[in-house]
Amino acid sequence: MTKNPNSRTFKKIPKTVDLSADCAGIKSPNPFWLASAPPSNSGEQVARAFDHGWGGAVWKTLGEDPPVVNVTSRYGAIDIGGQKIAGLNNVELITDRPLAVNLKEIAEVKKKYPKHAVIVSLMVPCERKNWHDIVKRSEDTGCDGLELNFGCPHGMSERGMGSAVGQVPDYIERVVGYVKEIAKTPVLTKLTPNISDIRFPARAAKKGGTDGVSLINTINSVMGVDLDTLAPKFAIGGKGAHGGYCGPAVKPIALNMVTQIATDPETVGLPISGIGGVSDWRDATEFLLLGAKNVQVCTAVMHYGFRIVEDMISGLENWMRRQGFSKLDDFIGKTAPNIVEWKHLNLHHKTVARIDADKCVQCDLCYIACNDTAHQCIVRPADFGRNGGKSKIPTVIEEDCVGCNLCSLVCPVENCITMTEIPTGHEPLTWETYTANGMKGYKEVYKRFHD
Amino acid sequence: MTDKMKKTIDDFPLLKEMTPPMRPEEARIEADRCLYCYDSPCSVACPAHIDIPRFIKQIASKDTLGSAETIFEANPMGHSCARVCPVESLCEGSCVYLDWHEAPIQIGRLQRYATDSLFADGIQPFSPGKENGKRVAVVGAGPAGLSCAAYLRRLGFSVTVFERKPKPGGLNTYGMAEYKMDQKTALDETALVLDLGVDVRYETTLGEDLSFKSLEEKFDAVFLGVGLGATSSLGVPGEGLKGVYEALHFIEYIKNHEFDKIPPGETTVCVGAGNTAVDVVTQAKRIGTPKVVMSYRRGRNQMSAYDYEYELAAGDAVQFEWFTVPVAILGADRVTGIRLRKTMIEDGAVVELEGSDFEIACDRVVKAIGQSKQVDLLKNTAGIELESSGRIAVNDETMQTSNPKVFAGGDAVNGGKEIVNAAAHGKRAALGIFQFLFPGQEPGPEHQVWIQTIEGVRVVRPPNHHHDKEPEFANV
Repeated sequence: MTKNPNSRTFKKIPKTVDLSADCAGIKSPNPFWLASAPPSNSGEQVARAFDHGWGGAVWKTLGEDPPVVNVTSRYGAIDIGGQKIAGLNNVELITDRPLAVNLKEIAEVKKKYPKHAVIVSLMVPCERKNWHDIVKRSEDTGCDGLELNFGCPHGMSERGMGSAVGQVPDYIERVVGYVKEIAKTPVLTKLTPNISDIRFPARAAKKGGTDGVSLINTINSVMGVDLDTLAPKFAIGGKGAHGGYCGPAVKPIALNMVTQIATDPETVGLPISGIGGVSDWRDATEFLLLGAKNVQVCTAVMHYGFRIVEDMISGLENWMRRQGFSKLDDFIGKTAPNIVEWKHLNLHHKTVARIDADKCVQCDLCYIACNDTAHQCIVRPADFGRNGGKSKIPTVIEEDCVGCNLCSLVCPVENCITMTEIPTGHEPLTWETYTANGMKGYKEVYKRFHD
Repeated sequence: MTDKMKKTIDDFPLLKEMTPPMRPEEARIEADRCLYCYDSPCSVACPAHIDIPRFIKQIASKDTLGSAETIFEANPMGHSCARVCPVESLCEGSCVYLDWHEAPIQIGRLQRYATDSLFADGIQPFSPGKENGKRVAVVGAGPAGLSCAAYLRRLGFSVTVFERKPKPGGLNTYGMAEYKMDQKTALDETALVLDLGVDVRYETTLGEDLSFKSLEEKFDAVFLGVGLGATSSLGVPGEGLKGVYEALHFIEYIKNHEFDKIPPGETTVCVGAGNTAVDVVTQAKRIGTPKVVMSYRRGRNQMSAYDYEYELAAGDAVQFEWFTVPVAILGADRVTGIRLRKTMIEDGAVVELEGSDFEIACDRVVKAIGQSKQVDLLKNTAGIELESSGRIAVNDETMQTSNPKVFAGGDAVNGGKEIVNAAAHGKRAALGIFQFLFPGQEPGPEHQVWIQTIEGVRVVRPPNHHHDKEPEFANV
């Protein structure tokens, strides 16, 4: 090289990280699966999804012939601000295609994509024979695993299936038991969130012998009312039915339930396939950090198509490189132990809000939120509007600030309000110790009341 | 003049990059506004067919490295294109938001957000391919040549670039309006390409320091990205006077921050009304010339500069002398004025109006009526077939010239277009060279993404409506 007047070197970051995933013995080239839903309704769709990079697919739930009949108005969504489909609701039932057609296509897809995970989702009446029959026929396709649909909250539940099973731990245990009597491939039990404590159905599934659980299925919901026609949104000839709610809005609910199962002493270690509002690699990574072995995606695919998996793969890979992780097991479940019961939180931990005056756009949203609804610790300059005072940039009275985060949440400017940890010098104190000490030993780290 | 008195770029705030970078929250809000269209019109309009919705959604999910990779995958000049592409006429001009009479997504600025962050982190997203044993010479380190070199290196070719100038980048480095893109930005981008292991011979001119024959002998293939030649002459008396500049020389002084060589003076007259002419008049204003005049033989509606460029010039208080042609540049030793003659258009032709001459006193005249083609260099030195216009004749699919070993792209082929057009040519030629030297072979799967962006928007597998035909795996 003669000379390079602009020599500049670039970092080479390791190009390859291993995204291969294993959930309950079901292996896939990456942790991104299509959830059992309309996107996995046919062989042509699943094959195209695999071409785009999806690592696995849970086929749209199979039932017994004759196939169900669906209504023609099936999906409804809520848009929040500029965000289309923040939440999606549906009243679509399981597959409406003949069983033989689905089984044939499952076999064909599996043969063409031997390394991808093909999981058959099942829902039949709660009798041993029915389950034995469908499990045998499903496994004859060469599929990699089964998912028992105990989650569907609409339509099928009225017929004693779906969430009607998932809401009764005894039924779960019994049906999982039927399946495990003959299943040769791993069995995932898909749980409904429409219960009061997700740990009970998870424990029941484990008792029944399940190899793993997948959650959450959709949440009972009514999307709204059309204020012009007074009909439900969306309506079938003027009538609606409650449907299953999913999409970005349900993610925190799903993350909680995944964490509960990942940390429950009775189910800890039970493989989890995480579902619920996964829209991009960040959402997926959060599920993995809280203990899921992989994720399943539906709403985001229904919004944008199969192509989104390319961004998910790229984003997860780049994040792993930045973090120095080379495989999923390096970080799966890493955050779960840090989600604890409230009584274990440190009462002596103190944070306060700090406002960066250079970044403040003077919208005063923090000011009004704090004063009207939180803890009255943000003030505006005393001379604002008087004596030519023009600055509205608010400041925090740190000794009054309870560190609630609200101001930083309403602030529209990135990194303008920072919640800053203030060392108190006090030994950590939890509610558990505090009460054990006869409610003694708490040093006021924030003002609870003003004289 | 002492060093202390020497002007630096800091003395000319109006020459600093005009469009501010996006702040993270701006980028986030704008990225979220993108509809993420499928088969998006913006990507179709982009000559490099960058997967624009994808890189924008990667910004939205804070995968800026992935976003930059998506951009550079399709266009190794994506960093400069983010600043200087005429986005109003390309990607942003086709944004679906325009159908609702709403502002289009700021694709250029988002692209810059992604590529800036890659350079801030200093990360090389690509790696050279396994050496394939073939050697390619690239003549010209401009956008076409460097784009070609980038893909050639990824394909495993050994690449030697011959560059006339002391720095790489071609017009990116020497010819872009400083207020759109500074030289450092252009050089950063070249460094990312050269980092893939490219041997560059600077200050080496084809036909002077280097014979075409020796290239043909020493290399398995040659890519010509030689651009255009000298600024065309006006053909009027006085062109040799001191104070008469070629547009590209004038701009180059600014790019090199050699401000002492171009004192602002009192009045500058620029002849021509293309995009380069706008770069001249705006920058003449921005170095402090009180009066700047643009003379053009036709009218405002015929000028070849983009509307956006005209607005810039008008906003800089440039005066326009529409329907005028120069008849003489005045002065004994130095320029003291220019004599213009009025014109009118008859049946589309410019007709000079005798007896309408008038003079403008000025101390600088800049010629910006386009560049000549490199006819001598190509026809006589390289023996390459040219079109009647002087452009290199190529096979549109492969960029191969009449000499099978020789490929070409960029301004020398299209007569002078945007960086992105040159980059797209370089990309197409790299595949053409591969196919020529490895007939019947396919580049590996890691090359499929950029190869698909040669012809159009990348589609992994088009939807296949189940009513139309049987799934392709039906007979497995």
